[in-house]
Order: sequence, then structure tokens, then C-alpha cells
Amino acid sequence: MNEIYLDNSSTTRPFREVIDLITDISLNSYGNPSSLHYKGIEAERVLKKARYEIARVLMSGEDEIYFTSGGTEANNLAIKGTAYRYRRQGKHLITTAIEHPSILNSLYRLQKEGFTVDYLPVNDQGYISLERLGQLIKTDTILVSINHVNNEIGTIQPVEQIGKLIKQRNPRTLFHVDGVQSFCKLSFSLASWPVDLFSCSAHKIHGPKGVGALWVKTGARLTPLFEGGEQEQAWRPGTENVAGIAGFGLAAKLSAGQQKQDAALMHSLKHSLYQGLLDQNLKVKLNGPPLEEGAPHILNLSFPGVKGEVLLHALEEQKILVSVGSACHSRRPRPSHVLQALGLEKQCLDSALRFSFSSFNNRREIESVIHHITEAVKSLSRI
Amino acid sequence: MTVKILIRYGEIALKGKNRNMFEAALRRNLIRAVHGTGTAITRIHGRFLAEGPADKQQEIISRLRKVFGVVSISPAATAALGMEEIQSAASQLVQTLPRSLATFKVEARRAKKTFPLTSPEINSQIGAFLLSSYPHLSVDVHQPDFRLEIEIGHREAFLYTGRYAGPGGLPVGVTGKALLLLSGGIDSPVAGWMAMKRGLSIEGLHFHSFPFTGRRSQEKARDLCQKLATYSGKMTLHMINVAAIQQHIKESCPEPMGIIILRRMMVRLAEAVAANRRLQAIVTGESLGQVASQTLESLEVINAATNILILRPLLAMDKHEIVSLAEEIGSYNISIQPFEDCCTLFLPRHPLTRPRLKAIEKAETALDIPRLIKDAISGLESVRVPSL
Repeated sequence: MNEIYLDNSSTTRPFREVIDLITDISLNSYGNPSSLHYKGIEAERVLKKARYEIARVLMSGEDEIYFTSGGTEANNLAIKGTAYRYRRQGKHLITTAIEHPSILNSLYRLQKEGFTVDYLPVNDQGYISLERLGQLIKTDTILVSINHVNNEIGTIQPVEQIGKLIKQRNPRTLFHVDGVQSFCKLSFSLASWPVDLFSCSAHKIHGPKGVGALWVKTGARLTPLFEGGEQEQAWRPGTENVAGIAGFGLAAKLSAGQQKQDAALMHSLKHSLYQGLLDQNLKVKLNGPPLEEGAPHILNLSFPGVKGEVLLHALEEQKILVSVGSACHSRRPRPSHVLQALGLEKQCLDSALRFSFSSFNNRREIESVIHHITEAVKSLSRI
Repeated sequence: MTVKILIRYGEIALKGKNRNMFEAALRRNLIRAVHGTGTAITRIHGRFLAEGPADKQQEIISRLRKVFGVVSISPAATAALGMEEIQSAASQLVQTLPRSLATFKVEARRAKKTFPLTSPEINSQIGAFLLSSYPHLSVDVHQPDFRLEIEIGHREAFLYTGRYAGPGGLPVGVTGKALLLLSGGIDSPVAGWMAMKRGLSIEGLHFHSFPFTGRRSQEKARDLCQKLATYSGKMTLHMINVAAIQQHIKESCPEPMGIIILRRMMVRLAEAVAANRRLQAIVTGESLGQVASQTLESLEVINAATNILILRPLLAMDKHEIVSLAEEIGSYNISIQPFEDCCTLFLPRHPLTRPRLKAIEKAETALDIPRLIKDAISGLESVRVPSL
């Protein structure tokens, strides 16, 4: 029985080429990029190349890429780094109710330190209201942070429009986009967007864990999260993860190169899975935006009457790996804040599963998944 | 550099004919405990002696302190069997002590009775020597800051000033083999530890209800076994899926009886595993009156489902006593990880606290017990869990 991995929003299987490159760089180009000798220069060249690859995918300048330890650090740096830097200009920040914990918890911390934060609600498809956002932006608003593609339901926010609106209300307000789930999954160019900061992560695009980047538009400034040497303009000190960054660069190059085909494939897999389940007359509810509107790789479904976590384990037994919308503990149920923000009923909250695709998936797998979900839901709803 | 550590054992020296068997078991367990540290274990005058590399002293001590049957241990200096040699070793030992320890007492003991001086003579001679060499020292026979103990062995003398307590008890394996029902909670690992302390060799049995519980509950049982294995060297963990049994109980039996009937099914399964593995008893973490299934009535009804001996080492312990033991053993932090049963599906809202055997047995007639047991046992998974 082959493993069917449909948890690609959690992490992805790395490309073979990426691992080979990481091995090669780790063994051979092990120098410290800050060293003055040729071993250092060699490592520095590796960084330059990766920086170039990533800048090319984002259609931005290479000197605007700052490598971090991953998406979480990039998000922390974007939020706290700008808040501390611009605190004299204002102490107001805006985000949405459906952000990643690295955004929300950074903002909770800032609130404890005296900043004020507004959390935009979303409609039942996960979209924010532009009008509402416009009303919230004031002269002391220093940052708006919004995720591009929601990691649980795949809603794509109209980032370009949002950016224009922000700049129109207050040209000094910075705009951060959490792009961890959109980088290399959608096609866009940062250079033409009214965006100031953009986070991305390597392991969501078949790269290694422990590497990410924050793109910072020339002109925007940051206060570093911790102190150290002069690496990454001293905004992110610490000896660079040279091999990991090289792997990130290659993963971005490969992923972006096949982005169009991949998106088309994942879109059609998503459609077949949903349609296939409907054809089996299963009680299925789509959470998030309509299929065509959402990100190609994320499908969130509820199976009312079945516990999501139980269904997950039942599928796991068939080596089908997915993820739940809410971690259920007998003592304290903790439904996902994203699904709650959509206003889902309890039955749908408890039974939500997220299927997330990658280019490694194929149609045959989806057929098998439809079959096993149908079996599992039928046998589990007896209880 | 070699460090020598004297290992004292208590109880087992008293047990008449079994003594040889007990000492052999302790020796085996000591050897297994220090495996990989380059330490040799030998028998000397009613003690064991561990000799290993000095740079691993702390590691060796901490491992020896987890071997049941060990009462205490002392890293010791050695000297040839002559008073001058013993004096100079005593002098060197005293020099390593902080000067704040100003009062002392010498306590000599002779295994080699042909040594020319008696124990009191050794005491006074070494005491006098130390008093004349170290003016900051004085003798206090009642409450000394340190005791210099001297053991005259058959080949050499051992000198030391401190003892580390061991766990006591009996060597694992000498009193038999038993099956521990390991739930993942705080109590059962402590029960297992106490059973091992009385010389039982333990295998674990964990019940899960995949897919209604996640893989992490099994992983947790494994982690707990690994902790217990630091006291026994290794452990076998058996895992049985009871999801189907739970479903049948839910479908066929009155809801408030669910838990007690499941517990009865569990001891039946445990009995089957024990018979297959030649284990003589079941060990559980039940403590009287803690929860609904642990009233005297419940325990009675659970016992009635099986003929195998059920041991409950925690029966009379309070929760806080169990918790502090769990902390000492190191299982507490694993037990409190929140991978509880995900599903309240099978938990009755008002479980019976005073079940009556007749009523339970009647309810159980709705179940095909032999088949359920057979099916569950056929899915048994067993893993060997080595100590870390």
C-alpha cells in the first residue's frame, strides 16, 4: 500500500535535487560566508545564488531578501521588527482573524507592550471587507499584516487591492503579506505590488525545513529581533544556514519553473476529490471559498456526523495522510480559530479535514482517497 | 584513571538459600546497567565493586543508583593492606574535602579478620594520625561533619567519606514476571516501578482505540516504557486495539456499565497475554477510591472477570504520593502530555460507581466475549523498548 500524502500545507516532500544540493554544499562548501579566505567567498557565492533565485521568483531586488529560520521567524521579524522600528510614528496595527499563530501571537505580545491591534473579521468564505479595513486605517497605523493564502481554507485575499487601499488611506502605513502558502503556488510579482514586506518558507515548496525569508522593500526599515553580527544587514544576525539556503533557492527555482502546470494539476485534483465525494452521496460541506476561487492546493471539507480526528486516523490506517481543522481533546475542545471565524456550526467544526496537494500527487491517488473516505465515513457514522 | 565504587545491597543478603540466586541476579542487573561505560563488576566481601573510567564516574553512579537491590554506593579510594598505606590514603582523601568540614569520626570494619589491628585500634590510630597532620580537624563521634569509613577487604582497603542512596528493593527478576497495564496516565508507570522494586520483571500492555485515539497515545506508552526500562535495562510493550470491543459494548450494553465492562474485557485480554508470555500476575495502577471504576465494588467486579492474580501496588497511596514518586522516576512529565483519548464517544456521562456483579454479567451476555477477545488478541503488536 503506497502512502498518499495530502498534508502539503503542513510540509512537503523535498525534491531529490534539493537534498543532493544540500548534501553537496554541507560537505564541500562548508565555509562561513563571513570568512575572508576563499572558503568563505565560496559559501558567500552560494548565498548570492540562492538570493538571486528567490528574488527572481518574487520579481524583486536581490538586496531585498533577508534569510531567516523559516516562516515563523519571518513573520515575527515583519511584525515586531516594524512595530519597534516605527513605534514613534504610531502604535496601531491591523490584521485579520484568520492569520497564522506566528502573526497573531506576535501581535498579542505587542498588545501587552502597549500597542493597539485591530482584528478584521472575515465572511463565510474567509474574505475580509475592504470597506471595513479602510475605516480602520488611521494616521498612527504603522502596519497592516494579511495572509495571502489562508493555510486552512485556501482563501486568496485580494492583496493588490488591499495594498492600494492602505497606501491611499495612509502612505506611511507598511503592508506585510504572509506569503508562506502562496509563494511558488500562485504567480505574482512583488515589484508591481503596493506591498512592503513578504514572508515565505522553504519547506512548503519542497525545500528543507528551517529556512525561510522575509522580503523587505527598499526603504522599509526593521529593528532586529536579536543581536549579533552583521549578517543580513544586521537585521537577522547569526551565521547563515548556507546549505539550507542553497536548498531553498533551488526549490524555489524548480517550483516556480513548473508553477503553471502544478497549479493546473492541483486544481483538477482538488475538483475531482470534491466532485468524487459528492458523487458518492456523502454528506460533505465545502469550507472556505468556491473551488475555482481558492488556492489550487488547499481543500477544506466537513463531514457532519463524524469526528475529524477519528476520520484522520481511519484514513491514516490506509496510509492516507491529511490534517484536521480542530484538534479535539476530551477535556478542552480547541476548534480552529480560522473555521470559527467563518462562523461554522459545531458539527462542521468538529468534522473538518484539510486536504492539501502538491505536484507529487496524481489522479489515481485521488480515486483511492475517495474510495477510502466513503468507506470510513460510512462505518464511522454508525457510532 | 580508574574509579572504584563499592555497592552495598541489603535485604538479599538475608535470604538464606535464595541468596546465591539473588546475588547472581543483582550482578547481572548491575552489569547491564553499566553496559557501555567500560565498567567491570566484581564480588568482594559481601559487596559488589564497580571499577570504571574515572571520567565517567557521575554516569556510572547515576546508573548504579537505578538498580533495584542496591542499598547504597560509595566511590572509594583504595590502599594496600598496611597501616602506613592506609594512613597516606586517608590523608589524601581528607585533602580533597572542603576545610569547612572540621569534625570527623573514623569507622573501620574488617572483612579480613586476620588483619593485625582490630577495628577500634584502626579507628584510634588513623584518628590520631589525622589529628596530628591536620590541625583544623577535631573528633566528634556523635555528629561529625564527615565520617571516614575504612573497609579492610581481603586484597585491599577501601576508604570513603560518603554514601549515595540506591533505590533498595530486590533485583528485578528474582520474584517472577508480571504484566503491567500501562494506560499512559500518571499511576500505571509508578505501579510498574513499585512492582519492579519488589523484584518483578515487567512487560507492559497498552490498550488503544485507533482510530478513535491517535498514534501519539501509543508513542506515549512507549516513552513511559523507556523510562521504566532505565530501571530494568529493557522492556517489552504489547499493544492491543480495543476500538471494536468498545463499539460492541456501546451498541449492546447499558451506557453506565460501559467502563466497568470494558475494564473486565481488558483484564481478560491481559490474562490471555499473560498466559501466552508465561507471566504470573497483572499489575495495575488502581488506587482505592480515586475514580468511579476504583471503588471496592468496582474492583471486586473487575476481579471476578479473571482468575489471574491482580496486584495493585498503589492501592493505599494518595494521589500526591503517587505524583511525587512519578516525578522521582521521571515518568510524570511524560504522563501529563495531553494526548488523552480524543473521543468522548465511549465515555458514559454517569458511570456506575457501585456495580453489581450479577447485573454486569447479565449485560455481558449480549457480547460474544470469546470472539471479541480472540479478534483483539489477533491484532496484538509487541515491541522491545530499550532503555535510553
